Formats: sequence, C-alpha cells, structure tokens
Amino acid sequence: METRHRELTPDLFEPTDVRAQEGERIAGPPTSFWKDAWRRLKRNRGALISLGVIFLLFAMAFAIGPLLSPYSSYGQDLTRAYSGVSSEFWFGTDKFGRDMWTRVWSGARVSLYIGLLAACLDIFVGVVYGAVSGFLGGTVDDVMQRVIEILNGIPYLVIAILAMIVFQPGILTISIALGITGWTFMARIVRGRMLQLKEQDFALASRSLGASRFRLVWKHLLPNSLGPIIVNLMFTIPAAIFGEAFLSFIGLGIQVPDASLGSLISDAAREMRFHPYLLWFPAAVFCLLMICFNLLGDGLRDALDPKMRK
Amino acid sequence: MNGDSVLQVNDLQISFSTYAGEVQAVRGVSFDLRRGETLAIVGESGSGKTVTAKSLLRLLPEANTRIKGGEAIFEGEDILKLSEQRMQKIRGEKIAMVFQDPMTSLDPTMKIGPQITESLKKHLGLSGQKARERAVELLTLVGIPSPGDRVKQYPHQFSGGMRQRVVIAIALACDPQILIADEPTTALDVTIQAQILELLRELQQRLGMSVILITHDLGVVAHTAHTVAVMYAGKVVETGTLREIFYDPQMPYTWGLLSSIPLPTADRSQELIPIPGSPPDMADPPKGCPFTPRCPYAMRICAEEMPGYTTFSAEHKAACWLHHPMAPNVEPPVRIGDAR
Amino acid sequence: MIRYVARRVAYMLIALFVIASITFFISKLLPGSPFANPKLTPQIRQQLFEKYGLDEPVTVQYVKYMLNVAQGDLGNSFYFENRPVTQMILEGLPVSMFIGVQAVIFGLVVGLVLGIVAALRHNTLWDTAAVVIAVLGVSVPSFILGPILQYWLGVKLGLFPIAFFESWWHSVLPSLALAVFVISTVARFIRSEMLEVMGQDYTTLARAKGLSGLAVIVRHVLRNSLIPLVTVLAPLTIYIITGSLVVEQIFAVPGIGEQFVTSIFVSDYSMILGTTLFFSVLFILALLIQDILYGIIDPRIRVSGAKE
Repeated sequence: METRHRELTPDLFEPTDVRAQEGERIAGPPTSFWKDAWRRLKRNRGALISLGVIFLLFAMAFAIGPLLSPYSSYGQDLTRAYSGVSSEFWFGTDKFGRDMWTRVWSGARVSLYIGLLAACLDIFVGVVYGAVSGFLGGTVDDVMQRVIEILNGIPYLVIAILAMIVFQPGILTISIALGITGWTFMARIVRGRMLQLKEQDFALASRSLGASRFRLVWKHLLPNSLGPIIVNLMFTIPAAIFGEAFLSFIGLGIQVPDASLGSLISDAAREMRFHPYLLWFPAAVFCLLMICFNLLGDGLRDALDPKMRK
Repeated sequence: MNGDSVLQVNDLQISFSTYAGEVQAVRGVSFDLRRGETLAIVGESGSGKTVTAKSLLRLLPEANTRIKGGEAIFEGEDILKLSEQRMQKIRGEKIAMVFQDPMTSLDPTMKIGPQITESLKKHLGLSGQKARERAVELLTLVGIPSPGDRVKQYPHQFSGGMRQRVVIAIALACDPQILIADEPTTALDVTIQAQILELLRELQQRLGMSVILITHDLGVVAHTAHTVAVMYAGKVVETGTLREIFYDPQMPYTWGLLSSIPLPTADRSQELIPIPGSPPDMADPPKGCPFTPRCPYAMRICAEEMPGYTTFSAEHKAACWLHHPMAPNVEPPVRIGDAR
Repeated sequence: MIRYVARRVAYMLIALFVIASITFFISKLLPGSPFANPKLTPQIRQQLFEKYGLDEPVTVQYVKYMLNVAQGDLGNSFYFENRPVTQMILEGLPVSMFIGVQAVIFGLVVGLVLGIVAALRHNTLWDTAAVVIAVLGVSVPSFILGPILQYWLGVKLGLFPIAFFESWWHSVLPSLALAVFVISTVARFIRSEMLEVMGQDYTTLARAKGLSGLAVIVRHVLRNSLIPLVTVLAPLTIYIITGSLVVEQIFAVPGIGEQFVTSIFVSDYSMILGTTLFFSVLFILALLIQDILYGIIDPRIRVSGAKE
C-alpha cells in the first residue's frame, strides 16, 4: 500500500459502526418542488421587484390613490384646465380640468379589474374545462376540443366588437367578450397536462389504491399542473389588460366620462404636442403594469420549469 | 491481447458549481485503455462515470464545470488541455462517442444520411457521391437492412434499437481509435441489448478499436469487457482484468456488486445480497473511503482516511484498508468462490 | 398529410361559417338599415330588397346572406354613400398591408438577430440586454409607442412625417411602432427555443462528431429552433390587424383600420360587420397557412409512418 504520512495504530483497524450516521447524512437541507421553485424565484430580482410593484400598484389603485386625492374623477372645472403638474394636482389636469391623479388611478382600477376577471375566468372556466376534457378523454374530449378550436378561430377583437355593437360599449361588454374567449388558451394547456399526467405511473398507482376519479384529479393531477397554470395565468393578465386598454383607445371600451388607461392615453395622444404630461402618467402606470406582470411571468416560468433544475 | 496503452488517464478531478455549492463529481480517477480492448467502467448512478467519459471529449457544459486536475494522455498529448480547435479534430475522428438514449441522440429534422456524412465531410474530406456510398456502407456494417433506402429517412422512422445502430454508425464513420459508449444499451429492450452488444464486440474485433464501455450492468460487463474499472463516489475503487474482477475481487464494494446479481449457476437456497444504503452526496463528500457507511467490514480508519491502492498484479489494483498489514484477515463472501 | 390539410381546411370553413352566421344575426338585431336612407330611389330600393330578401322570412334572408358573403359581397356601407363594403375594404387593404408586412419583416429580422445573440451569449450582458429590450417591447404597446415616436422622431427631431401616406417615408413611423412588438416576441421566442435545443442530446452528439461550434449552430440548432417559429405567424397576423387600428388612427393613414374605427364611431353597422367578417377571414386563413406550413416544414409530420 502506498505510504501515508499519518501514524497508523492497530486500534484504527477495529470494526466500526460509523455507517448509521454517515450514510444518511444529506448535504443541504431537504427541499420540495415548491420550496425549490420559490428559492429560484427569489434569486430573480426582476421578478421579485415586479411582485412588489404589482402589490404597490394594487394598493395605489384601490386604496391609497383615491384616499390621497380630494378630487373626484368627474369633477370638471374649466378654469383649471390643462394645468401642469403641481403640488395641488400631482398629475396635472386634463382639458376639462379634471384631476389626472384621480383619473389615472381610476383607470388603473379598471385595468386591474379586467386582469383579475381574466384570471378568474382562466381558473374557473379554463382549468375546469381543460381538466374535464383532458381527463375524460374519448368523445367528450373530442367534442370539447372542437368547440375550443372554433372559439379559438374567432379572435377576441371580433367578439369584443360584435359584443360592443349589440350591447352598449362599456366595462360589462368587455367582460362578456373576455368571458367568451379569454380562457381557451388555459383550457388547452390544462388539457394537455391532463393527457400527459393521467397516463403516468403515479396516477395508476393512485387508482389502484382505490382513489375515486375526482380525488385523483383534485389531489394529484391538478396540483401537478399548477406550474403551467400559474405561468399561463401570469401572462393572461397582462394580455387582458392590454386588450381592454386597446379597445378603450379606439373608443370601443370604456366610455366617457369614465376613465380607462387606454382612453386616457388616447385622449392624451392627440394633445401630445402641447401637453405631454397627459400622456406620461397613464402611459407609465400602464407600462409598469405590463412590465411587472411579464417579468413575473418570466420569472415564474423559469422557477417552475423542472428542466432547469441542476 | 495485451496491446500497449492507447489512452492513459491519471488522477482526473472534475467539479461542478451548483446552487448547492461545489459538487465533486470525479475525485481522482485513473485508468489505462489498451489498444484493441474493451475497458468497462462500472458503477452506480452518480458514481461519476458519465462525467468522466464526457470529459475526455470535453463535452461537459463549460459554464459550470471545472477540470480541477489530472491528465488524459492520448497520442502523447494531454487532451484535457488542448484547444477547442484541436479537440474538434479529435472528436469523431480519433475518439468517438455513443450516448445512452437513442431516441434523443439524433437530430429529428435531419435525414440519417447527412447526419453520417457530416462527419465524413469534416474529417475525411469526402463529398457527394463518395460520402453517400460510405454512409450506406456504414449502415450495412451496423446491420441495418435496406441501407440504400434507409439512408434517406428521418430518425422518427426508426425504432430504438435501429437508432442506436445509426448512432454507432455515425461514431464509426471515420474509423476512430477509441469508441466511448455511455450506457449504450440501458434504454433498450433486453433482446435488442444483446444484439447491440454483440454488434459492438464484432466491430471491435473487426476494426481493432479500443472501447470504453460505461455501464451499471455487470451482465453487460461480463459479456464484453477485457478490463474493468469499478467506480464509486467519483473514485476508481478497483480495477483489473475481467477474470480478476469476477473471480478474485479484492474490495467489499465489488463483492457487494457481484453478490447482488443473480448467477445462473447459483443454488436456489442462496440469497441475493443487495447493498444497503445509498451513495454519498457529492456536494459534501466524506473524507475517508466513501463506501464506509455501507461496508460490512468498515473499520475506524475507513471513515477517517482514504486508503491507497494495493497492487495485486500487473492489471489488478484495489483501494481498501483491508489490504493493510494491520487489518484483520477477511474472507470474501462465499458466493464469489462458488462462481469459480 | 393530405388528411391533415383537409382537416384544417374543414375547421376553417366551420369557423367562418359560425362567424358569418353570428354577424348575420347581429345585423338583424341592430337598428337602422341601408334602406332607411332617403336618398335611395325606388328602383334601387327594390333591387336591394330582392338582393337581401328583406320581405321574406329570416331563414331565407340568412341563406341569401350567406350566399352573398360566399361571393364576396358584404353589403353596402350606411355612411359612405352606399358604397359596397367589399370595395372599400379593398381600397384600404393595400395601405394597411404595406405597413403591416413591412413591420413584420423588419421585426422578424431584428428579432431573430437579437434572440439568436441572446441565446448564444446566454447568461452574459448580451443576453440580459436582449431580454430587457424584449420585455419592454412587449409591455409598451403600439398606442403608447406611436405617439411617442410621433413626438420625438417626428416633431422634435423632424426626421419623419407624422401623418398621412404620401410616400414610403410616411410609412416608417407606423411600421416602426408596430415592429417593436414583433421584435420582442420573436426575440423571446427564438431565444427560448434555442436554449432548449442547445440542451438536447443531439446537439451534444453533433459536438461529439467534432463539428465546429458554428456548424453545430447553423446545421442543427438553428433549424430545430426556427421550425416552431411558424407558430408565431397567426398571432402576429392578429397583432398586425389590431395594431393597424391603432397605428392608422395615430398617424392618420387611410387604411382598413382607419376606415373601421371611423365606421364604429358613426355606427355604420354594415361596414363594421363586413370588416369584422373580413378580419376573421384573414385571421383564420393565417391559422390555416400556419398549420399547413408547419406540417410541411417539420419532417415528423410531413413524413409520417415508419417502414419497419
């Protein structure tokens, strides 16, 4: 044997029982999929900051914004029209003398509402539809899929416009249009996951232990689909917000005198030459919302993607 | 069959940096590959065998891998230190590799023919007609029927076993001196496994290639290897010729491996003895012999210090404190003797 | 393969049928009609009655409507002196298409470059920069970008005209406003595809063959990454269509988008419905082309079935 520096004494060659502790020592703390994902997410500063900003914006729109302003969204006073940013009017006033601060946050509320609506639709309609379709399979799946394919073929814009014509333009119509088309993507994703998961061994194991189908879906298949569901959610929200702003911009959405970030931007665009501040504030809030949801979505996708695990 | 050495690996050490810290995947691996022979590297998952193999061709992801030490001498040079330019000349031309999963080893959007001729064009300068003919020849060599037609098909039109043959054909295209096969049969059915192994053996004899075969399956080893290196937790714990390892193993891990496979000659009353426990975490490797927690013969020194190698013959070396003069005499489990 | 195409076409037709039907029923629900227009002479009125079957039951009207649509007749505009909707659309179409296609081409090229560079220089400054640009591009919509471009490049710096469509120069700002989103989407997409492909076994095998880094990228990585790009086609089409509504408003470009928005404001239902139907056709066609293209490009679909 090659020589060692150390002095070897006979007692070192006695049998030992070290194994019990050594073998099971695991370097690093135990971790679950979610903890792992959370840790990965934490390292993504962009995503974390976005999360924070989103909360902040929510707070501003629903609570702080309105509280801090004595003005209403509708109060016109032509004498103070077009006054720039000042200590009294933090975001300035528009052509009717309405306080922009209030209006911007009012618009933000609309956007956030739409975002939440989209999220709820995704969860309550999209996930359920997709889960049922994917899990049951067979003819049920076929039929349900055809419906989705057709719905998919009709763009959201078209439905929104048609809805707008039949009903009055406004927040309700946008909601209805979203309700018809906004959840189809999520349904497809969830269906895809279901099809994938239900053939896997853990599903078979569960069933052979006597689990009911509902239990299988609720306790096993859905939790394993949460990853893509969450990621997709994070992207539908900004898409919905965008859709509403867009419609409001071209005049199909929120109508005067209500405010939407889209309509505010639309009004401001026309007067950009002379009163650029009318554009900056709603645009900034809108872009902030979009950036944050997108960054968060990206971050979540990276965090929840098992392929990235090393 | 004792050719001279075509590849010498000395004290190879490789680490990965991960979010959990540094993972020492390979901690001092040495072996010799002789011309015209098959060296089997055996070990459990996580023992570092694939990392060792990939490192020879420097195919490990550069971002987080570090070759901390050691050398691999091929044709008089240390291939671990060559530039990327020079490595490209070696890959495919002198040393080729076959991966584990045939379903993902081939480019799904490229026909088989071009995937083979790519190599031919790059290394041998063949082009057009000549390259295509050689590709068909290679397909015949690996036993694919109607090669003329097959050469124009896409990977998804082949079964798993056939794809693996194609991968082997690609590897052999430029007549490499060394073929590294990383678990080439693990992802295949048992019957196909046998075919592929037979193919490899045939090809080796015919072409005089040296083969490094990585596997966790001792059955595969018995079938094809001339020399064996047993790896555990990033180290080679025993190496020797096939006979020496199977009939005269000197290390408790090897005993454990051999005891845990069923032998057709064994008598029904004998038990299969699996090795309890699992391999250590390489993010925090133990300072002594890594097998200690699972070793029935463990002694106090085993946990505290790595044993050095004891040489039993020209080929046969093992690292275990049991070989130290101060250690008690230990009889290997009865089964091994029976298999003689 | 034929079956694949046939199925896609069938879905397309069904979707179109459904939309056209919906459009018809909505038009029935709406107040006003082209026939209330006092400027119409009795003869024309009679012609119209016959054409649309207005004195006949709804079902007959429906059939006539569908037949008309199939022949490309989308009715007449209420607002623009009864001119046929189809004709007006065809007038505005070239302008919108020009700006749109230009935006897509520009966006594709820049987006691809950005995305490829980001993937190849993964985890370096280039990658981060590209990702940042991409995120911004996706978050700042054309209706914000448009006015900003108009203001800075058009007014302040005087580089481009800010309205109307008299020369190619006029199309630059509108196309640019649209292109930014395209750049971002394409860049993100190709980057993530490439990263995935580069992690695949066959990429490692290509390297193991001794191919140079460039050869591996060009011959294996790129092809496998670009194929899925086709799936971006349909969403991009929809984006361009909707984007044109916005951009043409801002830059006063006389395209379909501008027509459409105007018709909404004046409640020209005939025009609205007709244009909506037209947009749907465009979109569904784009979907169809995308599906077929994908089937052609991806050998796994094109050449199906194995010879054992």
